[in-house]
Amino acid sequence: MSVPTIRDKAAVVGIGQTRFARSLGQSETEMAVEAIWNACDDAGISPRDIDGLVRYDIEQTDEEQMCELLGGPSIGYFVGTPFGGGGSASVLAVAASAIAAGMARHVLVYRSRARGKSSSYGRGRDQGGRYWEKLGTDLSGLNQWHVPQGLVSAFQEMAMISQRHRIEYGTTDDQYADVAIAFRQHAMRNPAAVMRTPMTREDHHASRMIADPLRLYDCNIETDGAVALLVTSLERARDLRRPPAVIRAGAMAAGSHHIRLSNLFARDPNAESAPRVARALFAMGDCAPADVDVAFFYDFFTSMVILALEQYGFAPRGEGGPFVENGGLAWPDGRLVCNTNGGQLSEAFIHGLNNTVEAVRQIRGTSTSQVDGCRLAFVAGANTDPTGAVLLASDR
Amino acid sequence: MTRVVPRPVPTADNAPFYDAARRGELRFQRCADCGTFRHYPRPVCSRCLSRRFSWERVSGRGEVYTWTIVRGPTLPAFEKELPYAVIDVLLEEGVHFVSRLVDDPPDEIRAGMPVEVVFEKLDDEITLVKFRRRR
Ligand SMILES: [Zn+2]
Repeated sequence: MSVPTIRDKAAVVGIGQTRFARSLGQSETEMAVEAIWNACDDAGISPRDIDGLVRYDIEQTDEEQMCELLGGPSIGYFVGTPFGGGGSASVLAVAASAIAAGMARHVLVYRSRARGKSSSYGRGRDQGGRYWEKLGTDLSGLNQWHVPQGLVSAFQEMAMISQRHRIEYGTTDDQYADVAIAFRQHAMRNPAAVMRTPMTREDHHASRMIADPLRLYDCNIETDGAVALLVTSLERARDLRRPPAVIRAGAMAAGSHHIRLSNLFARDPNAESAPRVARALFAMGDCAPADVDVAFFYDFFTSMVILALEQYGFAPRGEGGPFVENGGLAWPDGRLVCNTNGGQLSEAFIHGLNNTVEAVRQIRGTSTSQVDGCRLAFVAGANTDPTGAVLLASDR
Repeated sequence: MTRVVPRPVPTADNAPFYDAARRGELRFQRCADCGTFRHYPRPVCSRCLSRRFSWERVSGRGEVYTWTIVRGPTLPAFEKELPYAVIDVLLEEGVHFVSRLVDDPPDEIRAGMPVEVVFEKLDDEITLVKFRRRR
């Protein structure tokens, strides 16, 4: 008797998105609806057919609202993935779990963000603008241990982690630039991308230092926009209009989180969440990093892509930096072509879910930086969060 | 936008830390069974799962494990201090503690730099634990 897993049980059959821009002047709910409608059109199903919902717990539009937006009381299964960007790939693993267990037939996954700098700054803690400016002055959570010291935001926490990687392995500014430039080149071929002007190494190095060693061009851009994906059983997927992006494997791991910096540094690096996800993921997929045709890392910072390459086994420990040199991540001839949409560094920042959508396009063969004969795509969430990853495969 | 420094709220778990800091002492939880120091405060030892512990005073000496120099943006409360160095201190007892390097220019920071604890009173209840270069 075989061990029950989600392997090849479900597939992504619809993808949709809004325009991406610095500011769209729309609410997160309105943008979510547009992306969801586009995903339904893409799949050839009605919004009323959606009976399962997997959302980020930081999403503004809750299940009750979504139920009404989808045209009636259709939602029978609803869960979420915590820790923001950590969930950008595992949302698909969770959706596949629901399908495999017969808990839902059409599962919606989406993310909507009105956080561009000039967007309507909501007053709610998770609404609009920079969350860290709204922490307040009385801190009862774990952020009480670093915010009063002046370490107030994710990019500063990532700077600390990035600096340690440089101390241990000699990672360089040039290697950071190699990541940023490769993804910018991808964005320049992607009409949907927000940042489409060329970037040189000199441009990168000349950009403002935000928190050493991270410069402005090492950071994700801030944008408005939404994306959505629809997941159904592989059997049903074969009857729909698009080639299925089969969810070959998925895995999640709680643990290391950038907010708990001290704990992160106190642990064995192989016990961090991302390496644990990698072991479970490739075991379920019965394959190895070398089998992956295109990869999508949660590129909130250039340095984090370098770290993720190591954590997920694409490069040995300490060799992520050299791996990205000389167009190592660039289409079409890189060692490992990554983030062909331009990623969050250059396409848009939709909490990583825009990378997941692009992975589906790669499996369909419709990317603007299409990898020839792409059959296996790797997608990972934020690697310094409790996180997850999936493998998407072609059905051929 | 407020310019008040965000302050920790003592809870049942962490109050002994802040009580000690107010007296000019650095104390961390230490497992009564395996002897491991830990931070942040929690009711269980992650190493051996023991729930027996005490709050033990430590040397206050350590070294810079990693750091960042914050150049902005940051919270308005800290803007007048830009640029400033946030450090992760690896204490002699094996505990990591996120803190601020005081007294020295941030650009002089380096990995392994020896540091020692200093206490900075925020208000009657809260004293922040910071570090300076140990010469
Ligand atoms: Zn113990």
